[in-house]
This record gives sequence, C-alpha cells and structure tokens, in this order.
Amino acid sequence: MSDLEAPLARDPDGFSLRLSDGERDLVRGLCGQLRQLLHDADPVSDPSIARLFPPAYPDDPLRNLEFESANGGSLLAGRLAAVDIVETTVDAAHLSEDETLAWLGSVNSLRLVLGTRLGLTEGSTETDYPEAHPDRDAYGIYRYLTWLEGGIVEALSAE
Amino acid sequence: MTSARSVPRAATAPAEIRRPAGGELAEPDVPWIVIVWNDPINLMTYVTWVLQTLFGYPREKAERLMMDVHTKGKAVVSSGTRGEAERDVARLHAKGLWATMQRDV
Repeated sequence: MSDLEAPLARDPDGFSLRLSDGERDLVRGLCGQLRQLLHDADPVSDPSIARLFPPAYPDDPLRNLEFESANGGSLLAGRLAAVDIVETTVDAAHLSEDETLAWLGSVNSLRLVLGTRLGLTEGSTETDYPEAHPDRDAYGIYRYLTWLEGGIVEALSAE
Repeated sequence: MTSARSVPRAATAPAEIRRPAGGELAEPDVPWIVIVWNDPINLMTYVTWVLQTLFGYPREKAERLMMDVHTKGKAVVSSGTRGEAERDVARLHAKGLWATMQRDV
C-alpha cells in the first residue's frame, strides 16, 4: 500500500490502474472468494451476505418478499458481472470508465462483507487489532480495500 | 442522471384513489420516501458519489444528505410513487447502501 501514489489516475480514455503485482494478486483472490460467497452463501445464516441484500420494507415481510423476488436476481447478477470484469482486468494497466465502475462495485461489496464479518463500528481503529489478534490480517485487508475504494472514488469524482 | 428529480413528484402524481376489482381501496400513488441509513462501513466520499450519480444531485446537495446520514443516522434521499421508490431502493442496494422505503406519514 502506498500513500504517495493514488491507485487510479485519469488518462485520455479512462483510468490508469497503478497497483503492484502483489496488490493485483490480493484483489484476484478476494474476487474469487466473493464469487464463491455470492453463489453459495445463505443470507439467512450469513449476515455478511445479508448486508449485500438489505430489506426494502423492514417492517413488512410480505412486501419485502415481493421486492426480493422482483429485484434480488438482478442485484445478484449485477454483483457477479462486476466481479467478472474485475477478474478479467485485474492485470490491466488501463481501465475504461465502465470497468472502473465494476472495480468500485466489487471493492465496495468486499468491504461490506469483510466489515460486517469483523463487526466493525464507526469507532473501530487499528489499535483494536494488535499483533496477536486473530482478525489482524483481515482488518489489514479491509484497510487496504478502504484505501483502494477511496482512490477509485477520488479518481471518478475528479473533474 | 436526470434533472427531473428537482420536480416534486407529489405535484405530478394522480391524487385519486381507484377501487380495484377486489373491493379494497387501492393505495394512493403517493407518497413514499426512500431513506438511506448510516452504516459504519460505507465511505463518506462514496455515499456522496452514489447520491450524485444515481439522482443527479449537485455535489453540495449530495454532501448535505450524506452528512445527515452520517450525523443524524439517516436521510430521505428521494420520494415518489411506490414503484418509483422501489426502483430507487433497488438502485441504492446495487451500490451497497442500506436503503429502505416507507409511506411519508
């Protein structure tokens, strides 16, 4: 992780992607895990997957069921399609605007899953995860994804 | 992105209540509100970007709504018929925001 260089920078027809080989391997591995989760995990028993599919009507189970059956499929398909694009472009030096949006979506999904699993609160900091903490590595990955997502948003928001 | 969002939907939606075949009163078309709730994970800059891109809000408005979410715990980000609200909620869910909808009581 480098604080000096942004992960993405605008170029004439999209964005240049400036990640190290190690970072690209990390993103590739995480995308594989996310795909597996999206395919296999059950939102009922896995809160981190449930976080990706929130209820539209928290107080109306019947309407919520209708909403899920109308929208759940395309929500899942959209997330899987974004993961596909990231995996296809993970070694690229250049991303189109659409590919960049897929990166943003997948990195955001990964942070939601990881952050939910870690039980993060707004007050969570690195000091909550000292050297011997079993989730220290996971928190490190979360922090890396936070940096990456912040950089993507910044690049997309730049005039 | 659309600028039509600046027109209040309540002003354009039909106010009459139709009686469906079942005999029950159909729900009026308006108003429903879409709420984004605070969560400890989504980045503030990301939430602002989502509100700008999904709704075409200027950066200042998107930032104000984002700060409401952050400091007050929630913000109403759009309103309209039930169908319009459902569409907005689905688009917000696709971006990973915690969005719900309810009648504007």
